[in-house]
Amino acid sequence: MPGLGARLGRGGATTTQQSLADSDCIVIMGSNMAENHPVGFRFVLTAKTRGATVIHVDPRFSRTSALADLHVPLRAGSDLAVLGGLINYVLNSERWNSDPFFREYVTHYTNAPVIINPDFRGPEDLAGLFSGYVADERRYTTDTWQYADQQARPAAAEDQAQTAEPRPQYLGRLTAPPRLDPTLQDPHCVFQLVKRHYARYTPEMVERVSGIPRDRFVRLAETILANSGRDRTTAFCYAVAWTQHTTGTQIISACALLQLLLGNIGRPGGGILALRGHATIQGSTDIPTLYNLLPGYLPMPMATELERDRTLEEYLRRNRPLTGAWYNTPAYLISLLKAWYGDAATPENDFGYDFLPKISGDASFQAMIPMMKDGIMKGLFCMGMNPAVGGQNAVLAREGLANLDWLVVRDVYEIETAAFWYDAPEVRAGKVRPQDIKTEVFFLPAALAGEKEGSFTNTQRLVQWHDKSIDPPGDARSEAWFLYHLGRRLKELYRGDDTAKGRQIAALTWDYPTEGPLQEPVIEAIVREINGYTVADGRLVPDFSALRDDGSTACGCWIYSGIMPEEGRNRAKSRRGDERAALEWGYSWPRNVRILYNRASADPQGRPWSERKKWIWWDAAAGRWTGYDVPDLPETKPPDYQPPEGAVGLDAHPGDAPFVNMADGRGWLFAASGLRDGPLPTHYEPWETPVGNPLYPEQPRSPAAILLERPDNRYHALGDPRFPYVLTTYRLTEHHTAGGMSRFVPWLAELQPQGFAEISPELARELGIDNGDWVVISTLRGEIEARALVTERMQPLEVDGRRIHQVGIPWHFGYSGIATGGIANDLSALVEDPNSRIHEAKAFTCNLRKGRLRSGAGEERRE
Amino acid sequence: MGIGGLLKTYVGMVPNPMSSKMRQVRSRLRGADVTVSVCPYCAVGCSQLVYTKDGRIIDIEGNYESPINGGTLCPKGAATYGLLHSPHRITTVKYRAPYSDHWEDRPLDWAMERIAQLVKQTRDATYEETDEHGTTVNRTLGIGHLGGATLDNEENYLIKKLFAAGLGIVPIENQARI
Amino acid sequence: MSTTVARDRPGLTGTTGARPGAVGFLTDTTLCIGCKACEVACKQWNQLPMDELGFTGHSYDNTGDLGATTWRHVAFIERISDEEGRRPTSMRAFQSNWLMMSDVCKHCVYAGCMEACPTGAIIRTEFDTVVVQQDVCNGCGYCVPACPFGVIALDLGDGHARIGDGKAHKCTLCYDRLRDGLEPACAKACPTDSIQFGRVEDLMDRAQQRVATLREQGVAGAHIYGDRAVGGTGGIEGLNAFFILTAPPEVYNLPAQPELPQRKTIPASLATVAAGLVFGLAAVLSLRRR
Repeated sequence: MPGLGARLGRGGATTTQQSLADSDCIVIMGSNMAENHPVGFRFVLTAKTRGATVIHVDPRFSRTSALADLHVPLRAGSDLAVLGGLINYVLNSERWNSDPFFREYVTHYTNAPVIINPDFRGPEDLAGLFSGYVADERRYTTDTWQYADQQARPAAAEDQAQTAEPRPQYLGRLTAPPRLDPTLQDPHCVFQLVKRHYARYTPEMVERVSGIPRDRFVRLAETILANSGRDRTTAFCYAVAWTQHTTGTQIISACALLQLLLGNIGRPGGGILALRGHATIQGSTDIPTLYNLLPGYLPMPMATELERDRTLEEYLRRNRPLTGAWYNTPAYLISLLKAWYGDAATPENDFGYDFLPKISGDASFQAMIPMMKDGIMKGLFCMGMNPAVGGQNAVLAREGLANLDWLVVRDVYEIETAAFWYDAPEVRAGKVRPQDIKTEVFFLPAALAGEKEGSFTNTQRLVQWHDKSIDPPGDARSEAWFLYHLGRRLKELYRGDDTAKGRQIAALTWDYPTEGPLQEPVIEAIVREINGYTVADGRLVPDFSALRDDGSTACGCWIYSGIMPEEGRNRAKSRRGDERAALEWGYSWPRNVRILYNRASADPQGRPWSERKKWIWWDAAAGRWTGYDVPDLPETKPPDYQPPEGAVGLDAHPGDAPFVNMADGRGWLFAASGLRDGPLPTHYEPWETPVGNPLYPEQPRSPAAILLERPDNRYHALGDPRFPYVLTTYRLTEHHTAGGMSRFVPWLAELQPQGFAEISPELARELGIDNGDWVVISTLRGEIEARALVTERMQPLEVDGRRIHQVGIPWHFGYSGIATGGIANDLSALVEDPNSRIHEAKAFTCNLRKGRLRSGAGEERRE
Repeated sequence: MGIGGLLKTYVGMVPNPMSSKMRQVRSRLRGADVTVSVCPYCAVGCSQLVYTKDGRIIDIEGNYESPINGGTLCPKGAATYGLLHSPHRITTVKYRAPYSDHWEDRPLDWAMERIAQLVKQTRDATYEETDEHGTTVNRTLGIGHLGGATLDNEENYLIKKLFAAGLGIVPIENQARI
Repeated sequence: MSTTVARDRPGLTGTTGARPGAVGFLTDTTLCIGCKACEVACKQWNQLPMDELGFTGHSYDNTGDLGATTWRHVAFIERISDEEGRRPTSMRAFQSNWLMMSDVCKHCVYAGCMEACPTGAIIRTEFDTVVVQQDVCNGCGYCVPACPFGVIALDLGDGHARIGDGKAHKCTLCYDRLRDGLEPACAKACPTDSIQFGRVEDLMDRAQQRVATLREQGVAGAHIYGDRAVGGTGGIEGLNAFFILTAPPEVYNLPAQPELPQRKTIPASLATVAAGLVFGLAAVLSLRRR
């Protein structure tokens, strides 16, 4: 979530689900919370019962809308125009300009007063572009985006290996304290730049772009404004309907900008709740199974033209800021190297730094699909992931699978990815024969929670332990078992190999104790390593403040350090809940903080902004921060602390700096580094769109979106009349992701047994379609058939004088299991947000007609 | 009160006798062991109670103690028992040879050894020790990994550690970008 | 919600007509998000098989109806546009425009199914719930037309339900769980407390307060379905499982004036009673012999 990371410092939800109950207004946008997070939604209803206003901004009228006070339908893909409109409305509103709370919060806690390099130019000056654009490479250089008077320039935006999460250099490096204008009047200060940037995002413009009538938009804006301030807080909830756009990161970062302006970050009932969709999708980014990250958001070492981390020293020079929490990067990285390479990590060999692989190009999930098809990748492990359904341009994904030498699928059911070679639509249609597919396929049965122990990290960064009840059935085993024993066998196979590849695997520490008849590795031994210990005596460290950069400590993931602070105390197993912060229920990184940046819940002097919204505050008598939560800053740092000259790390932040991971401790309205497509969120149309962009006619689509266009991944031109409808994909309550955990479960399959496409009665009339008819949906990537669900919950919108129809398709379905249907991702394209490398499945274009596919096989590549 | 009124009052109140079997009805949770789990579906993080008897899971339901779900579950969470006990669950190893049109059963140990051999073979053939500038890179793009968001944190740790730090595999990805 | 069931509280119950100590459900549709957790939790606890209806095209309802193997059913009613065909913007508080209601056996105070049952299989339990004793039921099916709500059904194994034992089935209000002081599965699972379990008198108090609050918030149509005092259920004296609705009952496919078929004429009713007594006696004797 670099959208949050670049402005606030951490790529995680800033608040908890429970805190929504304290909200005065909850805006659900880019999320269908009642359907996809029903249990989290109970806190929305609690708030509602206490008098809060609930707003759903979404193209469809969903089960979330049905429980909202206000449903604001917008054209899919226009979210940033709406958020920009809200920013503009807020800045020019009477309330914002008359209540001193807003100015006080913004001046102290954000970079609004910071003076930016006077050479900076924005889309208002440069016809839709920021200064520094390199057209033939579709990227920006960021020199002009920097704070004024700084010597070193962060290289983040040149970074070729884009990241899903914030990296240290994303948070900026300062060589001098920022120059400030506390009056916010300087034309080069952030506040004025923001104001100018959004000046044309008027309610009229919002209506032209999004189809939201002016009066409705004004009601939305007024409701949010009225429910923000000293005594009231508004929360935003979003999910992948914001993420999955070529501008997804900037949509989220626009929300962060708005919430900073409204003074809603770091406070109970405020904040931004990112609603994530898998049991430990947060954990698997914290302890990343991602190509460009090491545990705890340390970047992978790079080997590109622009960034070359040849040595540990080079790596640290590039990735270690002088100020803020990331100053301790050397201790975190070297402790990781000690955890991974043990005795083979010595000061003489840079603690085994060279054993880490270096990355050069894009190896994200989207890039992996053509890598398979093109024969670069020859073997693939799939553990609980179903790319034959979940991959964008899934036709291409299956072609990739068919070109592998070998494929290992570890799952509980025979999902599409395991069955593609005999059951895929192209095989059923006779276009591909199993005897032409070379892939050697292994299906290894997996264990589920209940059959193994371990931890998940939920959507609010809360690590919770699940116990083991019974052994898994038959040959089913945990991934931990599989990985431990595979590693053991590989170490054996490479024994005596003195080449680099032999030394790499030999250096790896891999000596976990095992237990039970199945010889499962002891999971808490892994937790121990993640928490960290002193190398000499193996004693657990209490938290990451104990980590050192001299090789005396080992730690597998520094942000989780503290999860097992002493022998026998696994804090993920804490199970004493309460009605407030529930600090004894699970363990929340970092340091068990529940509401991030909670320094902002108190005023600059350390007093609660109001009795109603108190959370943590300064206890002058005791000389420490106190309250309901763990303070998210050094516990004894007084509110009036001013850093001495030359201070480094957190000592360089004053006592009123809530955003401890940022170089200057401030929330960034203007992201001087960290975002590849501009320091300020800007509305660009989706890559495939039926309409132009009235804000920036010369630059309708993202100038930095990453394009993977090739004959098997073609794009629709802007306004292509062959594909006139906006298509958006989504989930249903009754199913889960690509269906691997729901379409095979009878009790869920019966509830939504078949794929369908939702269309409005208006579009159905135009095309002569009745409810329940078969329809064919097509793009240049593929065609699928589905049953039509004609419903008033879908509606056409008037956009800039044109009627735009929207089509909605759940993406759960596939050809295996009990509940089946055409694969929605056969329609989508590989195209990437430049920051997160995520695809654009929430807004692209399609055609739709009544009828069925000739093959009757569910879906096929469009010829 | 006429007979109609009497009937209206008392019809339906004449107690039918309870069968002896009915008298003995108890919940199947009686005498069961219970452990605490977390719902494996979305990221809300609902706490679950898993009840077992004689080495079998007999019921999974919400945990009242949780400050998040307070005993409740959504339909997917409520179906967790069905996820474990679906008739479609596969508990043996299946193997499809290149160009074959059918699955074969193979022992787990055989599959583990074959996979280890294939990993070594592909890694050896695609390993890059240095790049074109002579920078040490110690990596391979020839093997990929997908998945992690539905696994345990500790398993994610082992994936990144073994595959990236031990084998130099670069394309390791999960659902975070989906 | 309480996990303990009080069975022995003396005194009269509220306006539902339920007996002292009666327990039941309050299903507050205004809090329902249509997630169907109740359907799944019920099937999980009671180990009921899936139905195979397929895609119905009726909004998000692919369950269709209550039946022998479906004891909770969430109905979906789309009333999105106003009279002029405009989509809504500002909506009334809580559930609005897309109505969702989790239907269930009403555990009637005067239960038609029980009155019609000639074998004594259907009993009123110590919790004042109405339960079919599977070891007594002979599958005659008299109960089926006797239910004014179409709740009880025979499991004929005809594809819609796959146990196929030919007997009558319906919600037991988790009789086995109640015996151990556990909350029924559907109410426990419900994430938004749309389904609440408890003593009928407490639930009725809560429902009346809730309706008053909703009306204050402008939900003019809010009312209790199953409350004798407001005549919500016409012919039936009261329901132990009642509902807060915001539209007329017919909108949810509930009868506005449900009647027990056997009450239509007194002789017929008497005959049923007589038959019931005879069969009941036979059942008692047969039970004694077991």
